[in-house]
Amino acid sequence: MSEVANPPPAVTAPAGAGHASAAHPPTNTGMSHNKVAMWLFLGSECLLFGALISVYMFAKSRLPAGEIGPLDVFDIPFTSVSSFVLLMSSLTMVLALSAITRGEERGFRVWIVATALLGGTFIAGQVYEFTVFYNLGLGYTTNIFGSAFYTLTGFHGAHVTIGIVMLMSALVANLRGRLGPRNAETVELIGLYWHFVDIVWILIFTIIYLFPQ
Amino acid sequence: MTTTSEPPLQLTAGVQLVRPSSSLGVLARPKGDTGWKSWLFTVDHKRIGIMYGAAALVFLVIGGIEALLIRLQLAVPGGNVLSEDAYNQVFTMHGVTMVFLVIMPMAAAFANYLLPLQIGARDVAFPRLNAFSLWAFLAGGIFLNTSWFLGGAPDGGWFGYAPNSGLVYSPSNGMDFYALGLQIAGIASLVSAINLITTVLNMRAPGMTLFRMPVLTWMLLVVQFLLLFAIPVITVALFLLTFDRLFGANFFNVAAGADPLLWQHLFWIFGHPEVYILILPAFGIMSEVIPVFSRKPIFGYPFMVFSGIAIGFMGWGVWAHHMFTSGMGPVSVAAFSLSTMFIAVPTGVKILNWLATMWGGRLRMTTAMMYSVGAVAMFTIGGLSGVTHAIAPADTQQTDTYYIVAHFHYVIFGGSLMGMLSGIYFWWPKMFGHKLDEKLGKIGFWVLLIGFNLTFGPMHILGLQGMSRRIHSYAADSGFNLWNMFATVGSFVVALGVMLFFWNIGVSRRRARGAPPVGPDPWDARGLEWMTASPTPAHNFDRDITVTRPDEFWHRKWRIGPDGEVKRIARAADVAHDGSATDVHLPSPSYWPVVVALGLPLVAYGLIYNLWITGLGALLILGGLYGWVFEPPDDPEAHDHHDDHDADGSDDSGNGASGGGASSNGDGAPADGDGARELAGVGAGLAASTAKATGAQP
Ligand code: HEM
Ligand SMILES: [Cu+2]
Repeated sequence: MSEVANPPPAVTAPAGAGHASAAHPPTNTGMSHNKVAMWLFLGSECLLFGALISVYMFAKSRLPAGEIGPLDVFDIPFTSVSSFVLLMSSLTMVLALSAITRGEERGFRVWIVATALLGGTFIAGQVYEFTVFYNLGLGYTTNIFGSAFYTLTGFHGAHVTIGIVMLMSALVANLRGRLGPRNAETVELIGLYWHFVDIVWILIFTIIYLFPQ
Repeated sequence: MTTTSEPPLQLTAGVQLVRPSSSLGVLARPKGDTGWKSWLFTVDHKRIGIMYGAAALVFLVIGGIEALLIRLQLAVPGGNVLSEDAYNQVFTMHGVTMVFLVIMPMAAAFANYLLPLQIGARDVAFPRLNAFSLWAFLAGGIFLNTSWFLGGAPDGGWFGYAPNSGLVYSPSNGMDFYALGLQIAGIASLVSAINLITTVLNMRAPGMTLFRMPVLTWMLLVVQFLLLFAIPVITVALFLLTFDRLFGANFFNVAAGADPLLWQHLFWIFGHPEVYILILPAFGIMSEVIPVFSRKPIFGYPFMVFSGIAIGFMGWGVWAHHMFTSGMGPVSVAAFSLSTMFIAVPTGVKILNWLATMWGGRLRMTTAMMYSVGAVAMFTIGGLSGVTHAIAPADTQQTDTYYIVAHFHYVIFGGSLMGMLSGIYFWWPKMFGHKLDEKLGKIGFWVLLIGFNLTFGPMHILGLQGMSRRIHSYAADSGFNLWNMFATVGSFVVALGVMLFFWNIGVSRRRARGAPPVGPDPWDARGLEWMTASPTPAHNFDRDITVTRPDEFWHRKWRIGPDGEVKRIARAADVAHDGSATDVHLPSPSYWPVVVALGLPLVAYGLIYNLWITGLGALLILGGLYGWVFEPPDDPEAHDHHDDHDADGSDDSGNGASGGGASSNGDGAPADGDGARELAGVGAGLAASTAKATGAQP
């Protein structure tokens, strides 16, 4: 895009070649293709995490008595803090979007970095938590709970990591002048993904940590 | 190697021009209009559709050879054509191939080629993602089949029941290939589902409301939603199996407390929607073919659409009918037995509607029509045997016998495959500009139909006699000899029928050279896809089509008088576009879809053999994604007309002739992409699914 000049679309485009509005592609739903696609993708992701959470519950319920289980490893205060950190990143994500929409690119950069940092903190917390659990004797192959727990939270962590990569890419694109207020929708879509991953974590935290029984 | 100022659209038979190139981004854009490169890097939904179809036919031959091996082994008692081990591999790969590498991609072929045309659009919403889907599917299919040469193919059945498919009972790498190969094919299907749903929701021609869409478009839309929600479930199941086998997880480790029913539930929650994924495209095709050759509109259009949607919903509530004998408890059995009987209702509605469409019509028994009618008949038989095993106590006797094998072949082979063959005969002239030979086609149809019934009809008897499925041989005194011999003979008759089909392709191609073109509308058909030249020009339609009713194209040719008589008001050639437009904006070809797709099997091989290869694959995927994201979907230098629309940067350059409601844009409105914007739309989807493939192992 940067290689091409971007004058606003000529209103007097030749007959038969006009566009309703270049900023809003003339789609039947009024939503851009990208946004529709993102919503569909997130719909599919619901089933992915739904299945993973179900598998976890199923597995946990069949953990033989006496084996190392949720109650032996979970550190609720610690995970509460890291969950709170992730939750706050949704707030900064909203601020980043609102900044770019209003054309405040500096503010955008600040908030996007803040979001990525909060996400990074969460991931660091997860790595720490995994290490602690491992040292307590819960490995991936130790028992059915270990396999299910690490798989579920690992999948979520991978999603957060991809989100961070997207945030950083948006930042780089902005610094290179490839992403400005006109592309606020890109940020909005990254935000959608980010909020989704956040909500999933809230579910996981509630179901897995708060009801470990 | 055209230059930018040349008119972009010149048609040679079946081959469309690709836009010229420029050097933008890391690599020069692919260019050229013919030759293998123009196919490898194409983003044209029609070429992608044709390649999907060609790949499906190749896999049909492979899966067919596997079927013949099975039948040879079972022809006589105590057969020794295949060892027990080889038999397991062959029947597993036969099922996997036919379901995932033949019927599904064949449906994708029709969806890609026809769906944009039927709604009057220029292309799909994300042309490059579309190319990626094709190559990922192909990568998955080839990956799966390389297992034959790498220590043995999967041997745990297409359903892959764990723990039977775990390391203990299936120690070769076969089931790893199964789990990872299907994962790759699943990514392809998921991406394609998102793409096609977006296309239907966003890119319909002016006036093309949802309830003016052809039944085929509707059925394909339902299928994409089924894929969207079913794929993630099998994704999870396959990951668990992979983690168990490769990393020692305990999901299916019964000794560690795991429940052997976990896999069955996950697989069939995916699996039953999957059977509708297999049949609904064929239902759609039959709903296009039968009206045309009955010279009547489809009977009960709203019923056709709503029964399809109903099947889509109800298909989620019947999965445990595959588990009646698993000991899941009488309440579940009763509930799933009931729900399964109910799902036969919308299915029956469809059958009645096809019959009512033919009733009183002036039938033209072309090959396409014969295949459609044949498919209705064969599917009805399969549906009826399905209802018999919806009755749980009856199923207790039938399950795991050849009676089940008969059932699903009547629905999948008799229904899905025959329906798709009907579609091939019907749309062949649209795709390639000439018809397939009718006489050879009809002979082929009868050979196939007779062979099919000879093969699978007797399996009802064998099953009720108690012959188990998935067995390598049977004893001479079991009373199975006669009908097994019948089935084997029948299978070779089927093979002959398939060969006649391929022969027909060759003969018709040769004959078409120098013959007069078939024109846009050789069958006097109804859908918008017939309203443009054959073969379809690269840009589909010359201008927007404003739709005012269902079967718009037919109504532009015919008028129904006050007393019901039908009068021709225009020739098809006058109504249809001649494909001469030169100002239609086309998306540009791209390297990146192929690059990213190539990374997927590398990741998978690496997980089995050496994690360095996985790293290499992951790098390829990541690099490919970045190249992709920062490559404008359209090549700015390729524009030979108004470049004013680069303000919008989505990958939706396929918007073309469509566009919403009042707008009359005749070209692809949004064009040059801003990389960063795509990052979200394309990157997220791809990145997330590939990240799964690169292993979320903690
Ligand atoms: C009238 C609608 C249908 C009904 C009531 C029905 C019912 C059933 C039932 C109850 C079973 C389980 C039998 C057993 O394993 O004991 C079954 C198996 C099967 N059905 Fe259907 N079915 C219907 C339509 C279809 C369609 C449309 C397809 C595919 C296009 C299909 C494909 C299959 C397959 C592949 C199996 C066997 C799976 C396996 O065990 O490998 N069915 N069907
Ligand atoms: Cu089923």
